[in-house]
Amino acid sequence: MRKRLVSSGLAAVLAAALAAGSLTGCGGGKGNDAATEAAKNASAADKVTITNVSYDPTRELYEQYNKVFAEHWKEQTGQDVEITQSHGGSGKQALEVANGLEADVVTLALEYDVKAVEDAGLIEPGWKEEFDKDSSPYTSTIVFLVRKGNPKNIKDWGDLVKDGIGVITPNPKTSGGARWNYLAAWAYADKLYSGDETKIKDFMKKLYENVLVLDSGARGATTSFVENGQGDVLLAWENEAYLSIKDAPDDYEIITPSISILAQPSVAVVDEVVDARGTRDVATGYLKYLYSDEAQKIAGDNFYRPSNEKILQEYSDTFDLNINLVTIDDFGGWDKAQETHFADGGVFDQIYEK
Amino acid sequence: MQENRKSSTVTKWFLIGISVLFLAVMLLLPLITVITEALRSGWDVYIESVSDEYTIKALQLTIEATAISVIINTVFGLFAAWAITRFQFKGKKLLTTMIDIPVTVSPIIAGLIFILIFGRQSALYPYLQSMGIKVVFAVPGIVLATIFVTFPFVSRELIPVLEVQGTDEEEAAALMGAKGWTIFSKITFPHIKWAFVYGVVLCTARAMGEFGAVSVLSGHLRGKTNTLPLHIEILFNEFQYVPAFAVSSILVVLAIFILVVRSIVEYRGKKEDAENVC
Amino acid sequence: MKKAGKRVIPGFGLSMGVTLAILSCVVLIPLASLAVYSSQLGIKEFSEVVTRERVLSSFYVSFLTAAAATAVNAVMGVVIAWVLVRYDFPGKRIMDGMIELPFALPTAVAGIALTSLTSDTGFVGRFFARFGIRIAYTRIGITIALVFIGIPFVVRAVQPVLEKLDSSCEEAARALGAEPSVVFWKVIFPELKPALFTGAGLAFGRCLGEYGSVVFIAGNKPYYTEITPLIIMSELQEYDYASATAIALVMLAASFLILFLVNLVQAKNSQILQGGNG
Repeated sequence: MRKRLVSSGLAAVLAAALAAGSLTGCGGGKGNDAATEAAKNASAADKVTITNVSYDPTRELYEQYNKVFAEHWKEQTGQDVEITQSHGGSGKQALEVANGLEADVVTLALEYDVKAVEDAGLIEPGWKEEFDKDSSPYTSTIVFLVRKGNPKNIKDWGDLVKDGIGVITPNPKTSGGARWNYLAAWAYADKLYSGDETKIKDFMKKLYENVLVLDSGARGATTSFVENGQGDVLLAWENEAYLSIKDAPDDYEIITPSISILAQPSVAVVDEVVDARGTRDVATGYLKYLYSDEAQKIAGDNFYRPSNEKILQEYSDTFDLNINLVTIDDFGGWDKAQETHFADGGVFDQIYEK
Repeated sequence: MQENRKSSTVTKWFLIGISVLFLAVMLLLPLITVITEALRSGWDVYIESVSDEYTIKALQLTIEATAISVIINTVFGLFAAWAITRFQFKGKKLLTTMIDIPVTVSPIIAGLIFILIFGRQSALYPYLQSMGIKVVFAVPGIVLATIFVTFPFVSRELIPVLEVQGTDEEEAAALMGAKGWTIFSKITFPHIKWAFVYGVVLCTARAMGEFGAVSVLSGHLRGKTNTLPLHIEILFNEFQYVPAFAVSSILVVLAIFILVVRSIVEYRGKKEDAENVC
Repeated sequence: MKKAGKRVIPGFGLSMGVTLAILSCVVLIPLASLAVYSSQLGIKEFSEVVTRERVLSSFYVSFLTAAAATAVNAVMGVVIAWVLVRYDFPGKRIMDGMIELPFALPTAVAGIALTSLTSDTGFVGRFFARFGIRIAYTRIGITIALVFIGIPFVVRAVQPVLEKLDSSCEEAARALGAEPSVVFWKVIFPELKPALFTGAGLAFGRCLGEYGSVVFIAGNKPYYTEITPLIIMSELQEYDYASATAIALVMLAASFLILFLVNLVQAKNSQILQGGNG
């Protein structure tokens, strides 16, 4: 009896191993494809594929840019380039690259997320100086989206803490973009109370008491505000606010507050991946060309503020260029901001403590 | 007797009424919402988003991952249900509980555990890399996650039926010298036929729609590792509200298709069973 | 008698072997990685992480809403299964076919659809808003989403057993003049109980871990509608794997315990059942 048990048990394990084998077998196939692809790339063949891991609302921007870049690269080197896009929440995307998602370049919503990839050992330190303007080819800022006619007469951050105002903003703990919202509000209160921390915290507490829905991501927040009619004001990235306006120009309007923050999406070449795949040249070229006049205009057309001053001026009709913008450096850089405000037990947690 | 009959008719329609109401509000309304949102910008937009190149690729991947996981889970379910209901052994309750665990694990955790094992910070990663095997952020990872979340569905449908059934018939057959396969196919399987079909259908439906775990493991590479639910998520996140719902409606249609096929098979089968008895 | 009978039926080694092999590969080894990662924290740190006030309140929210949803599903699941098995009425087959739809619809889509229905400007929410009841962005909303997610488990667990149920006892009881309600509670319900427990247990576990649909409808306000999977997600966003896995481990232990209890109860029940049959 025992013998039979053992032998059939063995058979079963074998069967399972076979099943697993066929699974990894199919994985192996894919892997090999990638390996041969890399070999091809290394020998500077006529076709190269790179992966750009980006965050959510950049799809149209990169869809247009990828076409333009492919033409430019073909002209310059005679090589065809195909770009695979990946979009998702910025923090989640960074996490995935750190966990082994093969990205040749990352174009994320904030420096902190690129830094996470650096900390995982995939990007060499000093990436911020690799490209112009702190490796931010385009920027944005935080504005208010209100319902048409602005029925609650919201003009500035100070109006958001009034009684009866419903505010929609995502959770800064799960959404990278929402950290900019939080910091922009802080910057206002900081100026208003000239740095009195207790008063600033009180302001922030009141602000978040008015928050009706704390969605996990920017898109969820927009849905709550636009589709489900929640709240009176949505704190949004300027480019996303413009997208909402474009979809429904009769329903919403944009209010630019007196003070906001310069949101700098960061780009970087993922050193470990490009070295393994032999794609450093094309990846670097890809990010560098984002600063060309042509690419800067694509950014402007998609409601990102071009980092090139001259081209930014061409869009002065669209953007309010007089807005007073603080930067993340005013908060001592991302590491410090993260630790003070958003880490467990940080200021954001304290705001919600009873 | 007469009164009894009347009150049972009242009960009948009362029960039917609340069931219908419940299902209409809980299931039908959300479905109608999906369909109306999908068609909000008209047929042209609908057709365009449904026949988009990336949508088709996502559909193919979804079907592939679903097929593999349903096969593995079905094999597992049959063996597990047999082992658990036909024999007495120590640790049976523990085993049953272990089988159920994947359903209760948060999809995020389900994705995370495979990242921890096969991802870049794992000790296994260099070996996998040198062999050219990609698990996470590639198709095998998606398949693994799908198997995980649908793991107990087949076995869980079979076990209660087999338990109610008891083992007397099988024991009798075995004592008369029947072989294992004969016992299973001639005696056990006819009893569990419908539970088996339910299990496979549940498993298929759930595998198609799985979102959370797959989302953690996929990497969202457009045209490469996007399943339909992920494609929907991306469309949604890219402010493409209507196309997102249009693609969702593909899943709804697929599900309805499977359920209709099941219902036809079941209806015919049950009719046959009834005729055989007569 | 039992002991002698247990090895009469062939296939123990094979079925057990396959079961354990697949179970280990897909479930046990991956889950063990959670324990490994959270062990990076010392015991003191571990308990600090999982007893933070915000984490505790998320446990409370998750358990409360999952329990409420499971209670609704247990009752409605039995009613629906009963209606589907025992009664004939127009549209029955359509209703039967709809049950699995919540599985096939990606949870995120379900969440978005339910939110738009139940927010105070939505089709259903508008009605309740008149009485000052808010559904979306409250705990009621979370419960609704969980009812949607969990209903197929109960229906599909109870239905096959109800179909297989021997009607002779029931008819005998009725012929002896027992009230229909007595027949149900004394004759039918005991037979359904194991399947109901399984279905409800699975539904509960699934609800506990649900993320995709809940994040949309919950509003995610700390201490009020923040569920545990969301906390895990925010720990991951901070690249704090140790804390994330620690909280995940606590959830895992909780669902394991619940399922184990369910299986204990079920095993006891089926013993009674089999004893009754023999």
